[in-house]
This record gives sequence, structure tokens and C-alpha cells, in this order.
Amino acid sequence: MRHATKLAAIAAAAALSLAACGSSSTPSPGAGDTPAGTGGAALKVGMAYDVGGRGDQSFNDAAAAGLDKAKTELGVETKEASAVNGEAESARKERLQQLIDAGYTNIVAVGFAYAKSVGQVAKANPEVKFAIVDDASPDSAGPNVDQITFAEEQGSYLVGAAAALKTKSNHVGFIGGVQTDLIKKFEAGYVAGAKAVKPDIKIDVKYLTQPPDFSGFSSVDKGKAAAEGMYQGGADIIYAAAGGSGGGVFTAAKAAGKLAIGVDSDQAKTAAPDVRDVIMTSMIKKVDVGVYDFIKSVKDNTFKAGNRVFDLAAGGVDYSTTGGKIDDIKSKLDEYKAKIISGEIKVPTS
Amino acid sequence: MTTRLGVRRILMGAAAPLLAIVVAVVVTSLILLVAGDPVGAVWAQLFKVPLPRQIVAIINAGTVYYLSAIAVAIGFKMNLFNIGVDGQYRVASFAAALFAGQGWLPGWLNVIVALLVAMASGALWAGIAGLLRVTRGVSEVISTIMLNAIATFLVAFLLSKTAVKVVGSNATNTKPIPEGSRVPGISLDGLIATPSRVYGLIVLAVVVGFLYWFVLNKTRFGFDLRATGRSETAAVASGVNVKRMVFTSMLLSGAAAGLVGMPLLFGQDYVYGDTVQSGLGFAGIAIALLGRNNPIGIAFAALLFAFLDAQGNGLQITAGVSDRLVLVIQGVIVLSVVIAYEVVRRAGIRLEQRTVAAQLAEQARTPLEGARS
Repeated sequence: MRHATKLAAIAAAAALSLAACGSSSTPSPGAGDTPAGTGGAALKVGMAYDVGGRGDQSFNDAAAAGLDKAKTELGVETKEASAVNGEAESARKERLQQLIDAGYTNIVAVGFAYAKSVGQVAKANPEVKFAIVDDASPDSAGPNVDQITFAEEQGSYLVGAAAALKTKSNHVGFIGGVQTDLIKKFEAGYVAGAKAVKPDIKIDVKYLTQPPDFSGFSSVDKGKAAAEGMYQGGADIIYAAAGGSGGGVFTAAKAAGKLAIGVDSDQAKTAAPDVRDVIMTSMIKKVDVGVYDFIKSVKDNTFKAGNRVFDLAAGGVDYSTTGGKIDDIKSKLDEYKAKIISGEIKVPTS
Repeated sequence: MTTRLGVRRILMGAAAPLLAIVVAVVVTSLILLVAGDPVGAVWAQLFKVPLPRQIVAIINAGTVYYLSAIAVAIGFKMNLFNIGVDGQYRVASFAAALFAGQGWLPGWLNVIVALLVAMASGALWAGIAGLLRVTRGVSEVISTIMLNAIATFLVAFLLSKTAVKVVGSNATNTKPIPEGSRVPGISLDGLIATPSRVYGLIVLAVVVGFLYWFVLNKTRFGFDLRATGRSETAAVASGVNVKRMVFTSMLLSGAAAGLVGMPLLFGQDYVYGDTVQSGLGFAGIAIALLGRNNPIGIAFAALLFAFLDAQGNGLQITAGVSDRLVLVIQGVIVLSVVIAYEVVRRAGIRLEQRTVAAQLAEQARTPLEGARS
């Protein structure tokens, strides 16, 4: 009896402490500071991040970039909080409500996990304006909710084509953070783009975790292990659609002397400096533009509820050229881009 | 004399958890100091009086934790370490959500049968580990950890096959439970002013807690179970079929684990999807330890964990500190509890030895005096 209890105690403590260090992110010290030189009537914006939070160099950081831009250009006051892996629905609701209680009456919720909580909290606080990234479902819809969604499959199609044009082994890879419908859109677009260039190309696909375990978006170690396996298996370019775990993919690429494709942010600019040179291109998802536009619309009194779709035509998704590694194929990629915008190419979403 | 011993026992019982919490506070404060975080602001946030809606959230989270800890405690009583509660409750929640979502049965009947489905599937998943243990001698620690991983993939796969797609949504969910089969919340309007409601299935936690106490302490089966947990050889000598006990208690633990997700399913989410709460099984292990496998003790431990969770949610907003700090505190509490119990137990033994020695000395003196007269 005592033996089992002690074993259990050690295991329980280990599980809790492992969970505690599962993410590298800490709230930034600057969060909550009032920008200098603004009056007392500054717009107050509260931001609730997805798992991984500010500092993931990818999805959440893209949202953070929009917030930072609003802070410097529009002089808004900000407060940030991020989600914890595996948290209860009530915890998400409570986070949004606490931001409102603290006086931050314009709320940006980053990630589809907030859909239901945004819907409910928005109903309970009709005077507060909300934006939710990655959801356009009836769950979150309301007269005070701006639903920001992206055509991730279109951007992913372009980087898929880039990977196929650049591969020397005719073998590329895809690493998804968590196997959700959202990340499957990235995969579908990437595969379609690569196959459009080389119908016989070999594409390895791997997801780091399965829901409800969302640690796949914030586990550098898991990303690294998966990428090492793929590079050893012969792939020479891997698309990392895995949020903060992408950092591990880049490290593995650097060690293997291969290439990787970033996601959400222009990661050749946001990733750790020593691995930036392995990032061939990034599928940019302009969450920052969506967030900034929302804040600006509130400030200018032009807020509009409903779904705003950021697709290739609207410039909401794109591929990046930082580092100059794809300059030689840019004209080909822009051909595909024009065809997608004109509707000649229909990119699948699943 | 006996009353003094009784009082002492109660004091000793309370001393260990209190000591543990004090140690946890001190250790966490040290961690905060080292990390350069604001110690005062953190404790002010963690120990401030919760708002009415937060009290409801604490009760609700506590309900779920309680069920999980009872499931773990059933195993502990039998000297089984069921780490698999986490996988068991997810398999069971999915099965129940899938069943209830079809709406084959009307209203409450749907709820009751879904609860049975949950218990059966939780028991089934735990039964695999039980069967491996009694037939092949595989440690349940190993098999349940592996079954957790398998459960994750199995449920994710089945969910993707059975999910109902909502236009514009990126979430993957089962078909929602019909309105008539949702368990209404209990309003606390008379006590505290909040529109939030306590899960109706808190009743389930109370019933499970009572049954746990009753079966273990008032039935022959419970006696056999505890006896086997303490000493297998002694149990065999008194005619207990140990293998059957192991298998049965694993099934019971799994059935209880199956109920863990039910208050969430019928009182809040109405679907099983990729954003459900996870990790409840692991929290249950810590809570069962903290509550010393006692149905009342576990209730306090579950509420303490729920309290820390709820209060910790605001840490990022009010104190600018990561709310993962709460996980650190919870971990430190669990470790401190184990150490504190050992310290208090040894102190108790020393005290008892001193008392007995004093008594013996007294007795040794009295007959001599009697002989003289």
C-alpha cells in the first residue's frame, strides 16, 4: 500500500511539473504597460492567446505583432493572457471575462478553441467588441463579434509547389502540430500544390499530437524528433505547420543540412537567429493584419460584425521571400497564385 | 485517556495537510523570488475571495476532480496504481457523447443509458489492464500508461470518422446531445448572486462518494478488497480469490473513471470534441493522494485543486505571472503532503511510544505499592 502510494506521489508530482514546463512562454514583461504619451481615454485591448502564447515565433506571435502595431500606431493599452494545454471550457470563458472585468473592453481571442466561450461571453457583454481568429461558426457569431478566418490551404498550396520545385530527392515532408481539421487544411493545400508540380512526388505526413492534447503546438522536442526521422528517411524539405514546435523542425533541418518551410509568421525573420538560414520560405497567415484591422475598426468606429475571410486574393495568406532562396522560382509561384485568385485552380481543404 | 488520544489523532490528521500547504507556500515563494516574480501579488491573487461565478466554477471543477480521484482511490485501496483513469475517462466520454448525441432515447432515459454506456466503456478499457495483470502478470502501471496513449489515438480516429461538420468551424465535435437530454444546472440564487449554475450531475459525485465509502467500509467485498490491498498472503489465507479481486477492482475503478467526463458532457459541452478538458486523470492521482483515499478528504483536496485552478487563471492578468505556476504549486503540495505525512507519522509513533512507556512505568510502580499495603 505504502509502496504504491509513494510511487504514485512521484509520478503525480512529475506529471504536474512536466506539464508546468511544457511551454517556454511567459507573459512578456511589457504586457499591460501603457504606451507613453497617450491620454487617459486610450482604447483598451485584451488578448487571449492560444496554447503556446506570445513567444511561439509563429501563430500566436503573428497575432501579437498585430497587437504591438496597434500599440505603437494607435496608442492602445493592452493586456495579454494565454491558454493552457488541456484547460477546461470554463477556464477560457473566465479568462475572457477577467480581461473584461479588468477594463479591457475590446477582446481578441486567438484560436478556434475560443469559439464557444467567445459566443457566450459576447452575449453576456453586448457592449464589448470581440474578434476571434480562425472561427466563423455559429458558436461564436454575434452582433459584436468579428470572425477572422483565413484560406490556409491556398497559401499552403504555394509553399507545396515551392517545395516540389526545389526538392532534389523528389521527397518532401509535412509536420502538423495537432491533427485538427484546421491543420488538415494546411496539409491538403500543401499536398495539392506539390503534386501539381510533380505528380509522382513522395510526401511524408506526420502530426505531433492528437486532440485533446494540444502540446503539439508548443513542443520543440517533438517537432525535432519528427523532423529528424523524416530527413533521415530521405525528405529534403519539410513544411512545419506546428506553431511553436516548428523551432524543433528548423533545428533538425540545420543539423541535417536540409531545408524547412515556416508557417503563420515570416519565420526567416522570427525564428531563432541561428536557424533562420534553413527556412526556404514561410506560408504567411496575416493574423497580425486581421488583429490590427479589428482594433483600428473599433477605434475609427467602423467595427463590423461577421466573418472576414482573408484569402490569397485579399492578401490574407501568402508565401515569403526573405532570404532569397526561392527567387529563381518566384515567377512560377506567382503563376499558380494568379490561377488560384482567378479561380482556375480550386485548392482542396481536406 | 481514550478521548485524549482521539483528540490527538484528529490534530495529527489535520497537522499533515496543513504542514504540507505551509511548506508548499514557502517553497513556491522561494521559486517566485528566484524567478524575480512579484511574490505578494501572486499570493494576493491566489488567496483573494473568489467572485460568485468563480465559486460556482470551483464547485464544478471540484466535482469533476472528485470523480477522477475516487476512481484512482479505488485502485489505491487495492494496492493498484491505475494511471489509466485519463484514458478511461476519454474513451468513456467519447462513447457516451456518441451514444447520447444520436438521441435514440428520449429525455432522461437517454442520460441514464449514456451514463451506463460511459461506465461500461470505462470499465472495459480498464479491464484490459486488469486482464493483462491477472493472466500474464503485466504491471497495471505499464499497461495503463500504454492504454492512455492508445486511447488518445483510438478516440481521435473514431472522432474524425463520426464528427459532425459545422460550416465555418475548425473544431471537430460529435453530434450535439439533444436539448431534452441535457442536465440542467442547479442555481445558487438564494446563496450567491450569479447566473452561473452548478452542474446537475454533482449528484453523481455525491452518490459515487457515498458508494465508495459504503462498499469499502460496510460490505464484505470492501473488507476483502482492503485486506487484499494490505496483505495479499493474508487475504489468500482467509480464502479471498486475489485474481478475481484485482480484476473486479480494476473494473470498478474504470467504471468510476467513466463518469469523470459526464458532468462536463451533460452540463456544459454537450459534445465530445477536440477542445475537451484533458489531463483530469492525472490530477485525480494527486488529489487522491492529498485526500488520503478518504471520501471526505478527497472532497477537500478536489476543492483545493479547483480553487487553485480558478484563482490561478487570473495570475497572468493581475500579477503578470504565468498561470503554469499553479501547476508548480499543486506539484509541490503533493510532494509536501507525502513528506509531511511521513514526518507526522514518525512524530506520532514517537509520541505513542512515550505514552506507552509512561503507562508501563506507572503500571510497574502500582503493583509494588499494592504489594506493600
